[in-house]
Amino acid sequence: MVPPSEAGAPNHHLLSVLVENRPGVLTRVAGLFARRGYNIHSLAVAPTNDGSVSRISMVVDLGDTPLPQLIQQVDKLINVLEITALAPSAAVEREVLLATVSTGADHAAELDELLAGLDARVLDSSGSSTTVVVLGTPEQVDDAEVLLAGFGVVAAQRSGRVALPALGAPN
Amino acid sequence: MQLNGGQALIKALEMEGVEVIFGLPGGAILPVYDPIIDSPIRHILVRHEQGAGHMAEGYAHATGRPGVAMVTSGPAATNVVTPLCDAYMDSIPMVMITGQVPTSALGTDAFQECDTTGITMPVTKHNFLVTEAADIPRVIREAFHIATTGRPGPVLVDIPKDIVDPRNPRSAMEWYWPESVNLPGYNPRSNGDPAMIRKAAELILASERPVIYAGGGILKARAAEALRTLAELTDIRVVTTLMARGAFPDDHPLALGMPGMHGNFTAVTAIQRSDLLIALGSRFDDRVTGRVADFAPDAKVIHVDIDPAELGKVRVPDAGIAGDCRLVIEELIVALRELGAPDTLADSSTWKSTISGWQERYPLTYEPSEPGGLLKPQYVLEQLHAACPDDTIVASGVGQHQMWTSQYWRFNHPYTWVNSGGLGTMGFSVPAAIGAKVGRPDRMVWAVDGDGCFQMTAQELVTAAAERIPVKIAILNNAYLGMVRQWQEMFYEERYSEVYLSPDLPDYKMWAEAMGCVGMRVESPEEVAPAIEKANAINDRPVVIEFRTDSGEKVFPMVAAGASNDEIMTDDHTRPALDIPWSR
Repeated sequence: MVPPSEAGAPNHHLLSVLVENRPGVLTRVAGLFARRGYNIHSLAVAPTNDGSVSRISMVVDLGDTPLPQLIQQVDKLINVLEITALAPSAAVEREVLLATVSTGADHAAELDELLAGLDARVLDSSGSSTTVVVLGTPEQVDDAEVLLAGFGVVAAQRSGRVALPALGAPN
Repeated sequence: MQLNGGQALIKALEMEGVEVIFGLPGGAILPVYDPIIDSPIRHILVRHEQGAGHMAEGYAHATGRPGVAMVTSGPAATNVVTPLCDAYMDSIPMVMITGQVPTSALGTDAFQECDTTGITMPVTKHNFLVTEAADIPRVIREAFHIATTGRPGPVLVDIPKDIVDPRNPRSAMEWYWPESVNLPGYNPRSNGDPAMIRKAAELILASERPVIYAGGGILKARAAEALRTLAELTDIRVVTTLMARGAFPDDHPLALGMPGMHGNFTAVTAIQRSDLLIALGSRFDDRVTGRVADFAPDAKVIHVDIDPAELGKVRVPDAGIAGDCRLVIEELIVALRELGAPDTLADSSTWKSTISGWQERYPLTYEPSEPGGLLKPQYVLEQLHAACPDDTIVASGVGQHQMWTSQYWRFNHPYTWVNSGGLGTMGFSVPAAIGAKVGRPDRMVWAVDGDGCFQMTAQELVTAAAERIPVKIAILNNAYLGMVRQWQEMFYEERYSEVYLSPDLPDYKMWAEAMGCVGMRVESPEEVAPAIEKANAINDRPVVIEFRTDSGEKVFPMVAAGASNDEIMTDDHTRPALDIPWSR
């Protein structure tokens, strides 16, 4: 999470939203954001261990909206069970990056060396391209993306942040 | 008991105590209309689905019970989007049942298919697409629970045809009625936070220039009695917003009337100069605040609202209390008494005498019509009010006539004012008045309408005539879209673009008679009272009186859109002197 911003700069917050796992619920959440003028920066959603509940992890750009106002508006949705704003100090966060990079024979060793310094591995390769997966904090994934760019990125997909409250962190 | 889904739907509505459905059948909802024949629920057949929605709203306004409307799929569903949005903006409890194409046809662009839940998601408190007949009782129970608790609002239930059609095996279900509602994500709060209530009480005791800013939430929470007790205990003046007219008696010595863009000078200025604004069930609407940065600049704010999202949405409160208005006011009264009120209240005698001075100096005024001139709408309203019982229910459309009615009617009873505040829906009044009369047949119900509004929904008078619903309609016919004309005169250099409607096209008297109503036309002041007297004596059919009014008349006072409330214009020619105490 980026601290409250100067005028014009992004005002990012990480939200963890537990919702009923039903058709249309993501539309309700996303539609509310669009209506109220809140911007979703990244989004990850999947069922939890309880299949009737999904967790939405989202990074939002609030602009001038106070965070409590956004939380109260989202909490009004009937299918939203719980919404929590996670401060970085009170959360564990990870993001996954899949990237296909150009790797001629002369660069393979270089890529292996780079990956060794990351929580990453090769998933797929052909003669000239290699697809790698990188796991890390959003900042680590940012860094990895920069490093991989040196090889020439053919395609890339970031998962968006997933997060849980840190154990023992104050609410 | 084995039922089909259509029977279960009607039985569920009976279980919810529904006495009337406003609606219009069509293909997809046909199977649900069949069991209506055997149900004690009254069905009122409207002439346009929008009318069904506004009737349900009018019914809810007048009774406090949820209004119920039922229409078919596709174009019928899109026709109720306006009433849904209207009910959403004004927090009106309503349950809307829509037909839908069979589940197997969903998403195929079938005949009269539209994505009803998708379209109505932003204008409902919640909506449901039911896909199994067995879910119908549970969903209906949940729909009424959501519509009527917390901050009330409209809930839509979309019903595919196959789950209600007895010829389809998917409609078979075993009847049950859920004993309770299980909505884990929905827990509306009712009692206020005691610490915040204590803080609010302390703010009230310390205030020298307090004002109660009462909103529609007072009526939704059935808190009019509590409000009166609070005001009388503390001797604090009360403004009632457009949505709260009737929540505090206009004839009460503490009543200041309506604030806002067309509020009276005293109500607007008392808010502006207050040092404490006690906002009860009000939401700091832009029509009340004017330019927000200049709104009540010296006031601390107590804000009570059932919807926590309203606290701080526009103005950050010093004491924000999420809770039911009636319960919180009652808790506040207890806290005030514990703190020694009224003996411990700060001295506000200067404030009270200043307010009285404003009331004397800036009353609502208008110029009576010249001999032979057209009627003044304000005069018509004064005469109408004088001729009607004190508990008459008044509905209005949207525009000048709405503002004049709110200004010149004296509302002394809760639930006697039915209007479209937030959405500003022209055409609201005729169907809303019909719904109100259905809900309160013991009351006299008048709709005050404009000529522009009347033309949008007048066809529902056919419904009223057919169903013997004796509503009375006063059309203030100024031959214009009057409020637009007023803005063009004041802010667009008198360039009147597309606002002229004509005084006699249509012929309102003949139109009324063609719809089965008694029709009258009134053109001179001496005809006004006799016509109203005649209308009030008719109880077997609707009555329409067309009053030919002065098209040049404008609504004052006025705060121009985006201006500060301090820039209030009291009439066409003068502005109040700015030597107001406590001005910055």
